[in-house]
Amino acid sequence: MISWPNLVSQLFNGLALGALLALISSGLTIIYGTLGVLNLAHGAMFMIGGYAGFVAYQYTESFLIAVIAGSLFVMLLGVVMERVIIRHFYHRPHEDQLLVTFGLGICFVELVRLIFSSQSQLVPPPALFQGITNLGFMFYPTYRLAVVGIVAVALGALFIVLYRTRLGMIVRAGIEDSVMVDSLGINVYRVFMVVFGIGAMAAGFAGIVNAPVVSLTPGIGDDILVQTFVVVVIGGVGSFPGAILGGLIAGEIISVTSMFNPGYAYVMLFAAMTLVLVVRPHGLLGVQGRE
Amino acid sequence: MLKQRPFLIETLTAIGLIAAPFLLPHLGFAPNTVNRILVWGLFGLGFDILFGFTGLLSFGQSAFYGTGGFVAAYLLTRAGFSNVLGALIIGMIAAAVTGYLIGLIALRRTGIYFAMITVAIAEVFFFVEFNPLSDFTGGENGLPGVPTPSFNLGFTTVHFTNGWSLYQFIALCYFVGVIIALRIVRSPVGAIFSAIRDNPLRATAVGHNIHGYKLTAFVIAAAYAGFAGGLLGVLQAFMPPDAFTFDTSGQLVMQTAIGGRGTLFGPLVGAAVWLFLQDFLQAALGLGAAWKLVLGVVFVVLVCFLRGGIVGGLADLYGLVSGKRARPAAETEEEAEIETPQQAPPAPMQAKEVAHPAYSGPILKATGLTKRYGGLVANSDIDFSVNQGELRGIIGPNGAGKSTFFKMLTCEIAPTSGQIVFEGRDITGLKVTEVCQLGLTKSYQVNQLFTGLTVRQNLTIAALAELRGKFRLDLFRKLSGVKGLTEQVEHTLALVNLTRRADTPVSELAYGEKRRLEIGLALATSPRLLLLDEPLAGMSPRERVETVKLLKSIARGRTVIIIDHDMDSLFELVERVTVLQEGKVLLDGTPEEIRTNAAVQEAYLGGVHGEIAA
Repeated sequence: MISWPNLVSQLFNGLALGALLALISSGLTIIYGTLGVLNLAHGAMFMIGGYAGFVAYQYTESFLIAVIAGSLFVMLLGVVMERVIIRHFYHRPHEDQLLVTFGLGICFVELVRLIFSSQSQLVPPPALFQGITNLGFMFYPTYRLAVVGIVAVALGALFIVLYRTRLGMIVRAGIEDSVMVDSLGINVYRVFMVVFGIGAMAAGFAGIVNAPVVSLTPGIGDDILVQTFVVVVIGGVGSFPGAILGGLIAGEIISVTSMFNPGYAYVMLFAAMTLVLVVRPHGLLGVQGRE
Repeated sequence: MLKQRPFLIETLTAIGLIAAPFLLPHLGFAPNTVNRILVWGLFGLGFDILFGFTGLLSFGQSAFYGTGGFVAAYLLTRAGFSNVLGALIIGMIAAAVTGYLIGLIALRRTGIYFAMITVAIAEVFFFVEFNPLSDFTGGENGLPGVPTPSFNLGFTTVHFTNGWSLYQFIALCYFVGVIIALRIVRSPVGAIFSAIRDNPLRATAVGHNIHGYKLTAFVIAAAYAGFAGGLLGVLQAFMPPDAFTFDTSGQLVMQTAIGGRGTLFGPLVGAAVWLFLQDFLQAALGLGAAWKLVLGVVFVVLVCFLRGGIVGGLADLYGLVSGKRARPAAETEEEAEIETPQQAPPAPMQAKEVAHPAYSGPILKATGLTKRYGGLVANSDIDFSVNQGELRGIIGPNGAGKSTFFKMLTCEIAPTSGQIVFEGRDITGLKVTEVCQLGLTKSYQVNQLFTGLTVRQNLTIAALAELRGKFRLDLFRKLSGVKGLTEQVEHTLALVNLTRRADTPVSELAYGEKRRLEIGLALATSPRLLLLDEPLAGMSPRERVETVKLLKSIARGRTVIIIDHDMDSLFELVERVTVLQEGKVLLDGTPEEIRTNAAVQEAYLGGVHGEIAA
């Protein structure tokens, strides 16, 4: 069962999953870092990205359009959600924010279930990446390789937005001290709305990119949400590099453990999280003091 | 609100539970539904103590529900155990132990971290149940064949089978659960739970080991969950694996929020609404799978607009109708007029007994105290000493490092270097809770009150820390049973002149009153050394005169150090003044020496002179 090619292919799987988790977690973490709101509907955002892309694909048969449509739809949804509901919760206790986003997540999942039923839906990978690639020492599904590349590009884009633009500077300043940013005369609320949109889009983009790898079901976001939490706890809340590092660690742990026994994947993931909590309570790359 | 009459809630609960089988069928509730509601209600009693009272929102309660349920079901179906109640109790203990271990990990962090960690933990339990432990738990098949309870009373055997017969057993369990929960909530520990929810920082500072209390709440919630999980198996004659799913935790959270958190009965009401709507929407309206969407929307709307849930909303309505809400505003105006003629000042409150009666040196001695934040030096090499019974003032321009200095003295923040000795004992590196227990505490520059509680409850929490120590598990003791508590609270109330406002919620106090309560919180722990950080800040001139009088009476019988910017008041009060500037001690002397000192005048006015000259 445990052979060299098997291990390598699991490591590749871990890389693909880790890259996806990194992207989704970055979305969660920049929203939390900037707005102070932990979005429990983030898993639903991931799921909706997949479904929105699926609908677009059915009309256009173009994977590229599906990706764009899925991402934009979720971004729009995030902006509306922030504008209509989340905005009224900034000054309420954390528990209320958790409750309302949790409730919204359930509403989204059930709404999708109502429209598309619980049956799983399939989005085929784009023609360019279909089939299997010979890596010399083993064969590997081309699309999964492509996922790593696509997500890396997306993370790079997010990096540029966060670290090379004016908006990114404000966002990073906001993560450090949002009161200060507010008093500098920057309209924090508008920044919040944009950040929520971008964060949601990260999840939505991951959702549609992931769709050809696994089939779509309305509950697909729930597991992802839990894994994302572990990633954020490992990496450190509010840290973009932490999300990437945590994502890769979590992805590899899940994949490699699954090779031996899938039942233990979560146990190992949890053990890693516990270890980090004991040794570095604020996460590997987290900053002390932000709670 | 209903606290005056003893056992009122217990009696009403009993009446409700006895009446339910006669009334509920007419409303369309099947006995099985009622039993399920009670199981959820019991599950929720513990969860409400955790979330509603202590303020810890866990999304992982399914772990304990499932653990208790599967342990009990395993004993009854596979291990040949025949005593149902015994199995339920063993399941409960197993869940409580699990809760203790998980709590050690999850409670390392607070807030959203805590919520995320509990989610992750619950998910692990789900997978463990399905895979590694499937030989014991039946994996995805669960454990069928869980028996119902029967009791041999000697002359006859009572067997609770199903429907309303089983209801009697479950209702009895729920009733016992309610009685225990009420005792816990009304105990000193219960009071500290709400203090942790309202202001963990201050609960720590007045001398409570809040980590221990949080862990206690977590274990209580786990125990309730475990017992309820066992009952679920009994009720269904089958232990379903979905007890472990995230959905279970989620449903509990939603039911509690719908019914009303912090009410104990909220989860029961929430469960009734949930299960009733589920049946009603599915069967009567034919909505099929859409019922959960409707409930989700109801939940979101409730969280947005009715924070207290249904029970909280009803309580507000009752308050509105009975006119209780209208009074406090009028009282405030009334009070402002009577305030000035203060009755004879109450006797000074006794400070704690001295730890080392033989010790006669300075009560506090700090040497070389330094605090750096990165490159910024807030305090640098401060030597400071205060004698027993002294009333010392500290002044200094803004940014001189006064508050940082205080925070280091009370061990709220650790110094970068230096040493603090309190009554001859090195307290450097201790925690703020321990230092408070030793008899050193401070009032805060910005009010740190328990805002959801009344004035009396606030002072009670502080006094409890002194009377009970930093951690004690007197879960079933009545608050009134704590020796000396009433006296100490009444005395503090009188001392800070808030006796007439004792039962007013903090949120309805005027600013000056809050300021006095802030001092009262520190005072109620009976410190021997009391630090007051700008007690006069933001007060009107008349309030200042009142407060200065108050401070004088507080200072009798204890040592006090006061930071303030109001020099006229401060110089009138204190015997000696220390001047801080740019994190260093500039000068130390009597008020008269300070008033006339050129260096002090320079420190306060120098910059301005310079600018004017330029």
